[in-house]
Amino acid sequence: MDLFEYQARDLFAKHGVPVLAGEVIDTPEAAREATERLGGKSVVKAQVKVGGRGKAGGVKLAATPDEAVARATDILGMDIKGHTVHKVMIAELSPEIEAEYYVSYLLDRTNRTFLAMASVQGGMDIEEVAEKTPEALAKVPVNAVEGVNIDKAREIVALAKFPAEVAEGVAEAMVTLWDTFVAEDALLVEVNPLVKTKDGRILALDGKVSLDENAEFRQPDHEALEDKAAANPLEAAAKAKNLNYVKLDGEVGIIGNGAGLVMSTLDVVAYAGENHGGVKPANFLDIGGGASAEVMANGLEIILGDPDVKSVFVNVFGGITACDEVANGIVQALELLASKGEEVTKPLVVRLDGNNAELGRKILSDANHPLVQRVDTMDGAADKAAELAAAK
Amino acid sequence: MAIFLTKDSKVIVQGMTGATGMKHTKLMLGDGTNIVGGVNPRKAGTTVDFDGTEVPVFGSVAEAMKETGADVSVLFVPPAFAKAAVVEAIDAEIPLAVVITEGIAVHDSAAFWAYAQSKGNKTRIIGPNCPGLITPGQSNAGIIPGDITKPGRIGLVSKSGTLTYQMMYELRDIGFSSAVGIGGDPVIGTTHIDALAAFEADPETDLIVMIGEIGGDAEERAADFIKANVTKPVVGYVAGFTAPEGKTMGHAGAIVSGSSGTAQAKKEALEAAGVKVGKTPTETAKLARAILAG
Repeated sequence: MDLFEYQARDLFAKHGVPVLAGEVIDTPEAAREATERLGGKSVVKAQVKVGGRGKAGGVKLAATPDEAVARATDILGMDIKGHTVHKVMIAELSPEIEAEYYVSYLLDRTNRTFLAMASVQGGMDIEEVAEKTPEALAKVPVNAVEGVNIDKAREIVALAKFPAEVAEGVAEAMVTLWDTFVAEDALLVEVNPLVKTKDGRILALDGKVSLDENAEFRQPDHEALEDKAAANPLEAAAKAKNLNYVKLDGEVGIIGNGAGLVMSTLDVVAYAGENHGGVKPANFLDIGGGASAEVMANGLEIILGDPDVKSVFVNVFGGITACDEVANGIVQALELLASKGEEVTKPLVVRLDGNNAELGRKILSDANHPLVQRVDTMDGAADKAAELAAAK
Repeated sequence: MAIFLTKDSKVIVQGMTGATGMKHTKLMLGDGTNIVGGVNPRKAGTTVDFDGTEVPVFGSVAEAMKETGADVSVLFVPPAFAKAAVVEAIDAEIPLAVVITEGIAVHDSAAFWAYAQSKGNKTRIIGPNCPGLITPGQSNAGIIPGDITKPGRIGLVSKSGTLTYQMMYELRDIGFSSAVGIGGDPVIGTTHIDALAAFEADPETDLIVMIGEIGGDAEERAADFIKANVTKPVVGYVAGFTAPEGKTMGHAGAIVSGSSGTAQAKKEALEAAGVKVGKTPTETAKLARAILAG
């Protein structure tokens, strides 16, 4: 889960990373009081989860509370690279800046370790720095057990060739940033820019944080950080039912068991769609192992509720799950939806293989539901589902 | 001979007395796995009856190893306690720990991986978030259905559980030496490369099927390894060509970020290493058949 800047700022502040005061608002009028609290001047910053907002006009100075209201009026509702601005942060004006740096911690998947990155060339796109002047970006592996203490932080700062007069201040900030990374179960904490001000302070002026959703069991506060307003309504409905669902932009609804098989199903449907007017998968939905009738019904309900869906492909390989249970699940799900008064009009193509497949197929054949067709190979079923979607 | 797991493997189950552990211990026993114990400090000294097979419960991995000579542990421990359980297995220096648990926080898996390394990698870790591994006809350590296929001469390594089953099913008449599900998390213990190296060295494996998916660069590095080190034919499949950028596709590790981790890049890297890559699981199985038919 990627956070907004103001949420990152709050987490930084909580763990002692030096930041400026700031608060988030969602109406222009609120900018006045927030700016007054900061002594009458502020920076109005659009809160969007995309880079380049400064260039897009999403960051403005306000010399008076009235000006802050005017700037907030301009920025709220603005579109920045397809992201609508719903919130702005009213931030304390930075003291005059002498230098801009970059620091971050992230997971290095390739080496299965954490990585510290630091550069004295901050303020710009770090991928550009990495590409054009790789020597200006220090990358230092951090052992997950040992972590970053002040000595390790000094090592990182030295490798990144920070000037002597800021080295200790940056190292101290690096330790607090590591504390944030660990305490919040983050996958990424990035400060860009970390600045040195004329009055000699080290400050994190902007930051990015991405949190690990697998850690929610020990991070009860993280749920509140979710941007529920921005979630696709179908994705939100699926999440409420604990379904692993991602909305895509095609026409063939997909239900399967197991992340890998569902990903593969999307591909196979997209290939089949090439022969049927270019129809594509409408979603990713993994119902996991042991799909009960209820889970199947929840899944079908979400997918049938997607107006983009023209046909549905249920692709199940019975591993531990028995296909007869899955077939019963489909039949019961359709009955359940009918009993709720929801009219099902979209055709379903079902492919069952593996454990008890014969029994499962028989259950579907016996039920003889007018909208359900059995196709017994994955490629064949994908082709049929694409054909039906294209015909609608 | 198979890789990592044989009929001689003595298997213990951490988390055996939980619902998932009970269900799969029963299934593993049914597949012929030599399960010699379970681990649960609160139930140490008791036994659990699985259709007439009495399995003793020990207080720790170390105790179970001492009493039974166990050399494999399969873990069904819930995510919140998984790190401690893996660390316990590492401390006991059990040769193989198969971590089935899904949903472990990355800070925990990174920590137990770093810990395993600091202890000299005496414990091979498979997973987390994996279906485990099976050597058909000999032993099953995890949740792969034991009745899909029979012993044979294909080796399989896969990030995905259900695609492992699908591929075993497609090639069920030929059979497998071993099938290893390495898991779909960002940090995993055993990699494609480790399994490829083991299959290359296994005289009972003639062909290797490798299944990858979007995210990370494990497939690209496996391609480099194949080019330099693997003489046996390798057939590949990669899932996730249609996955959009920035959306996690079910597995915590299955995400395309920017230009990195795409299925296309993985396919190209594998093909450049001489691996035949199928467009669908079925086509991949056909490629394997064609090679085995000569």
